[in-house]
Amino acid sequence: MDRIKIDLWVGIFVALGVAALLGLAMKVGNLTSSKIGDTYKVTAAFENIGGLKPNAPVKSAGVLVGRVADIGFDSKAYEAVVTIKIDKRYAFPKDTFANIYTAGLLGEQYVGLEAGGDEDVLQEGDKITQTQDAVVLEKMISQFLYNKASEPNNDSKASDEKAGKEPAATSTELGDAPF
Amino acid sequence: MIKSALNGLIGLLSGIGHRMIARTWRLGAGARLFFLTLMYSGESFRRFHLTLREVYFTGVMSLLIIIVSAFFVGMVLALQGYNTLQKYGSSEAIGVLVALALVRELGPVVTALLFAGRAGTAITAEIGLMKTTEQLSAMEMMAVNPIARVVAPRFWAGVIAMPILAALFSMVGILGGYLVAVPLIGVDDGAFWSQMQANVDVRDDVINGVIKSLVFGVACTMIALFEGFDAPPTAEGVSHATTRTVVISSLTVLGLDFVLTSFMLVV
Repeated sequence: MDRIKIDLWVGIFVALGVAALLGLAMKVGNLTSSKIGDTYKVTAAFENIGGLKPNAPVKSAGVLVGRVADIGFDSKAYEAVVTIKIDKRYAFPKDTFANIYTAGLLGEQYVGLEAGGDEDVLQEGDKITQTQDAVVLEKMISQFLYNKASEPNNDSKASDEKAGKEPAATSTELGDAPF
Repeated sequence: MIKSALNGLIGLLSGIGHRMIARTWRLGAGARLFFLTLMYSGESFRRFHLTLREVYFTGVMSLLIIIVSAFFVGMVLALQGYNTLQKYGSSEAIGVLVALALVRELGPVVTALLFAGRAGTAITAEIGLMKTTEQLSAMEMMAVNPIARVVAPRFWAGVIAMPILAALFSMVGILGGYLVAVPLIGVDDGAFWSQMQANVDVRDDVINGVIKSLVFGVACTMIALFEGFDAPPTAEGVSHATTRTVVISSLTVLGLDFVLTSFMLVV
C-alpha cells in the first residue's frame, strides 16, 4: 500500500468523521427539518404554553399544517407569544381558535387550530386572538381536589352529627366558601 | 492439622500479595511507558506519514465493523424503545431515546469495546511479535528509539481514530434508528427529529460524548501498546498478552465510563 493511497483513505476517514460530528451537531442537535414548503407566519398569545417547544407540530383536524417557529415572552402582558408558520396551501379564518394539546398522556405538546366562521382569512403577521392554554396537570389535580373537598359528603355529615351540629348548617357554610 | 491450615492460609495471603505487587509493578511500568510515549511523540508528528499509516490500519480498517454494528445497535434501540414507549402513548420520543442513548453512552462505549477487539489486539500482537523476533532490539542497536518509531505513532493514531469512529457510530446508529422508527413503524418524521433536536444539547451531550471517546481512545491504545511491549517473547506470551488487552481494555472502558459520566452529570 503506497503512501498516496493511505493518505487518500485517511483523508476520506477524517472527512467522514467531521461530517458525522457536523451531523450530530446540526441534525441531531439543532437544525430545522420541516417538510412544509412556503409558509406564512401568524402569532398567538397564551397565558401558559406548558411544555411547547419550537419546531413542534401545528395540526388542524389532526393533519399537520405547520410548525411552531418561535416562542417569545411579552413582558408587558406577561404572556407567551408563539409564532406559528402555516403552509401557504392552507388558509384559516381570522377567528380561528388556537389550543395547546398534548399527544397522549405524556407525549409532546402541539398546537391545534380550530377554524372559525369568519370570511376573512389569516394573513402574514396576523394575531390569533382566541387561544386556550396548555393543560397543566398539577393545576387540574389541585382543582379537582379542591372541588372534592368542598362537596359535603357522608363522612363529614356523620362526624358533624356526632359533634352535635346540624348537617344543613355546615353545607350552607361550605356553600359560602370563596371557591 | 492446625499447622497445615495455617500454612495454607499463609500461602493464600502470599499469593494475593505477590499478585498485588505484580499488578502494581505493571501499573507503574504502564504509566512510565505512557510518559515516555508523550515525551517521544515529537517524531510521530515530524514524520507524520508514520502516524497516518497507523490511522489507516486502526481507523480506516475498523470502519466496516463500526458502521455495521452501529446500524444494528440503532435499529434494535428503536425497536425496543418503541415497544415500551408505545405503552405510554409517547412513541414520538423514540428519536430522543435513540439519540441520547447513542450520543451519551453507546457510541463511545461500544466503539471503544469494538476498537479494543479490532485494533487493540492487532497492535498488541504486532508489537509483541516485533519484540519476539527482536526487531525492537535491532532498532535500539541502530540507535532508533523504538518508542518514538513504533509506539508513539500507534498511540496518536488510536487517539485520532477513536473520536472519529465514535462520532460515526452515533450518526450511523441514529440513521438506523430512524429507518426503523419512521418508514417501518410509522412514527411522525417531524416529531422524530424535532423532539430529538429539542432534547439533545450540543454542549452537554455531543461534546461530552466526544470527550469520552477521546479518553477511551487514550486508554485502549495505551493498554494495547503496553501489553505488546510487556509480552514475554514467546508465542504463548504474545497470545496471553493479546487476550489480556481485550479483557483489561473492556473493563477499563466500562469503569472509566462510570467515572466520566458521574463527573459530567454532577458538574
